[in-house]
Amino acid sequence: MSFSSVLIQFLNGLASASSLFLVAAGLSLIFGVTRVVNFAHGSLYMLGMYFAVWLSERVGFWTAVPLAAAVVGFLGLLIELGLLRRIYKAPELLQLLATFALLLIIKDAALWAWGAEDLLGPRAPGLAAAVEISGGAFPQYDLLLIVLGPLVLVFLHLLLTQTRWGLLVRAATEDREMAGALGVNQRWLFSSVFALGALLAGLGGALQIPREPANLNVDLTVISDAFVIVVVGGLGSIPGAFLAALLIAQVKAFCIGLGFSKATLVVEFIVMAAVLVIRPRGLLGREATIPRGPGAEEPPLRPLSPLLLRALAALLAALVLLPLASDGYVLVLLTDVLIFALFAASLHFILGPARLHSFGHAAYFGLGAYAAGILYLQAKLPMELALALAPLAAGLGALVFGWFCVRLSGVYCAMLTLAFAQIAWSAAFQWDGLTGGSNGLVGVWPAAWLASKTMYFYLSLLACALAIALLWRAVHSPFGYALRAGRDSPLRAEALGIDVRATQWAAFSIAGLAAGIAGALYAFSKGSISPEAMGIPRSVDGLVMVMLGGIHTLTGSVWGAALFTWLQDAAARNVDYWRAAIGVSILVIVILLPRGLATLVQKRA
Amino acid sequence: MRSLVLIALLVSSSAFAQTIKIGELNSYKVFPAFLEPYKKGMELALEEVNASGGVIGRKLELVTRDDGGTPGDAVRVAEELISREKVNVLMGTFASHVGLAVSNLANQRKILFVASEPLTDKIVWENGNRYTFRLRPSTYMQTAMLIPEAAKLKKKRWAIVYPNYEYGQSATASFKKLLKQAQPDVEFVAEQAPALGKIDAGAVVQALADAKPDAIFSSLFAADLQKFVREGNTRGLFKSAVVFNLLAGEPEYLDTLKDETPDGWWVTGYPWKEINTPEHRKFRDAYQKRWKDYPRQGSVVGYAAVYTVANAVKRAGSSDTEKLVEAMKGLEMQTPFGPIVWRPLDHQSTMGAYVGQLSGKGGKGQMVNWRFADGAHFLPPFEEVRLLRKD
Repeated sequence: MSFSSVLIQFLNGLASASSLFLVAAGLSLIFGVTRVVNFAHGSLYMLGMYFAVWLSERVGFWTAVPLAAAVVGFLGLLIELGLLRRIYKAPELLQLLATFALLLIIKDAALWAWGAEDLLGPRAPGLAAAVEISGGAFPQYDLLLIVLGPLVLVFLHLLLTQTRWGLLVRAATEDREMAGALGVNQRWLFSSVFALGALLAGLGGALQIPREPANLNVDLTVISDAFVIVVVGGLGSIPGAFLAALLIAQVKAFCIGLGFSKATLVVEFIVMAAVLVIRPRGLLGREATIPRGPGAEEPPLRPLSPLLLRALAALLAALVLLPLASDGYVLVLLTDVLIFALFAASLHFILGPARLHSFGHAAYFGLGAYAAGILYLQAKLPMELALALAPLAAGLGALVFGWFCVRLSGVYCAMLTLAFAQIAWSAAFQWDGLTGGSNGLVGVWPAAWLASKTMYFYLSLLACALAIALLWRAVHSPFGYALRAGRDSPLRAEALGIDVRATQWAAFSIAGLAAGIAGALYAFSKGSISPEAMGIPRSVDGLVMVMLGGIHTLTGSVWGAALFTWLQDAAARNVDYWRAAIGVSILVIVILLPRGLATLVQKRA
Repeated sequence: MRSLVLIALLVSSSAFAQTIKIGELNSYKVFPAFLEPYKKGMELALEEVNASGGVIGRKLELVTRDDGGTPGDAVRVAEELISREKVNVLMGTFASHVGLAVSNLANQRKILFVASEPLTDKIVWENGNRYTFRLRPSTYMQTAMLIPEAAKLKKKRWAIVYPNYEYGQSATASFKKLLKQAQPDVEFVAEQAPALGKIDAGAVVQALADAKPDAIFSSLFAADLQKFVREGNTRGLFKSAVVFNLLAGEPEYLDTLKDETPDGWWVTGYPWKEINTPEHRKFRDAYQKRWKDYPRQGSVVGYAAVYTVANAVKRAGSSDTEKLVEAMKGLEMQTPFGPIVWRPLDHQSTMGAYVGQLSGKGGKGQMVNWRFADGAHFLPPFEEVRLLRKD
């Protein structure tokens, strides 16, 4: 690289960093105060883009940008008032479920309102051309972005340090309950913070339109980038977010400049994993305060009541008899349900009793699935043996990744699991010789005696029911009690002689193994396996299932998996805007049953 | 009550017994820009076929499903179409990995699968099977269509940019191989493979400019393409290099570029306004009359896919799968792009594409200097294909 191209790639990195920082700042602000992991933040950014394109045709670009940001900010306010306000007191992570529903709804709403085609926005009037910088051309508009990022940083810094509002925000970030006890009106504070965060997301989107068309895929791309930056920077730290955006944008620009463009697929996750392993709270993050109040209360888990046990036995018997009375498709769908029930139960095993948040549980599902495919196709093992050995690969993966993850807590732990999952995903995506690359492996079918839908259903029923039963049993074994002790009171647990970290590590590995069983069954039920099996959406699906069912219950994840799988199947078949339909259904459940579906079952049992 | 149900069942089953059911699955909400026109094309063809009395005395029925855009969901949806809807034929899919997964299922369940959209070479070659047939010209074919013009220019230094997944990778591999054959002294000076949908366009354009190429081969599309074009225009990358870009002439991608459309790029695509063959004019008029909108590339594919099934059933004289598969082999039929043949060897149709240059005259992208490239001329020799196919 010549000096001129080094300089220009550096400037490219600065411009990208500003764009990234704008979205991440809003997300960080919202999380810091409200503890809401706002999954719909990328959707707000996307709306900012669409509004800005739409408005620039009417009022011109420079008016459209602030207007679009204001509209999105107002929308954020409505979301806070209409939805989030109702569920602050609900179990942790439930807000994630609610904002995930919003993401689905906003995506379909944008499709409905602006149509399917990408909308390329105008160039910024007055800054449409390029300037010459040491022999190379650099867009004028990118220079503006380079300036805007730090400006917003300074503005936010002043707002947080020099105003009364900022003082209250910092107090609430530091200790929510204490701020409340001292008479700070939290409702108003939360609403304003959420609106400001949304406004920043909208502004980020609007400012992006001269560089990128408004399109429907941008929400997910942006949200994962923003999460990474917020976590690398340290949750709730605005300067940290800026630093992280700078770091990641520069690493990316120079990957491209030096000819390692393929690395951009995963480089931000590698950076995040490295930062979290070295600095468990991100670059500028501080020790998280332990949340108090209703959100943290955790009722002790009771063993299943005899009535519920009898109901479960009856359900099992009904499932055994089902193939006698159904068409083939019910069996196919139920096989999916069983597999996802095991996947969700395995996630619940670490999420509930251990409170190890995981956003990357699909890694172990995918490792199981790929191991099954590779053992069967490449190593030419018999299908039965491949199926039996594959989960070990997932368990091994969890053993390795888990060692790092259990050293962190809360969202940091979750994001490290996500980073590992993305690294595993990109390996599957790029390692053509072993995994078939982006197309995946094709031709992973069960042995002849298991090939019929009925037999495969029985196989899945046997394996999943057994594995779920063992997981539930483990929660009530001494191991499970140790796990819960470590969750509820780490210090006392240590004093009792429980090695909390080792217990958690073991739980993480067991959960990985169980997810691997689900993954291997999945591979043989579909006949093929592709990188999606370990992608972010699969991990999110798992979380949604657990949250729908109720995180504080034992059986919830199973009901959640059943409902979500059925909902996806039914909605996609019967409704045109099926994503929005799923989103609305989730919202209804979130509001009516904030503690999950299992509360319905348990009230009766 | 029970007899009522029974009567209802009888009535419905007799009403449906006559239809030929096409089970269509596609990623409607993941790739809506391409698939909304595609659906309209299918529906138009369906109405035409049924208005003319259907085939072998039976009406066609289309059951469409959203496959969610992932192989796992697509396989479940296909199972539903097979076992609950009892469809006679499977059709559709967009992304390559979804297409391959469904093709693999079709082989397992022994049902005809007309893969309308997926471009991957593997679906008819390495992973080809008895039950799968593919309509669109593949990645290899469309790449090969650009080679004559690329070689004619005698440009020595080539840079390549492609989305980092199978489509981009195999387009790049085919392009390098074919151009090297046509022009042995060619040099590939830079390669950029941004992640699909996530191109960091400024950095990529700068990296390409650093390599000082005489020409660029790109297989970017959709949002990646638009970002690349805008950055390239601003930074003057295209002033000194000729660009070849797969698919960029398709209205789905071209129309969004508007006044950014770069002049002189060589592309494959679909100049719908200017194709005036009788078969295309008939299709375009009918489409515009039916939908009050102009056809896109997807419309042609959806339209031709339904006619494929109609013609196969006509030729087989039956809706029996094995007979349909035999009827598909060597089937000759008409499409808006002219006559095509379904090759018995690898189940690839010889559907072609249009090759031409982009022009942004009047603030709207269009294709100029275009010609039709018949797919039959852009496939590797039979011996090569036979080696790739395992069956």
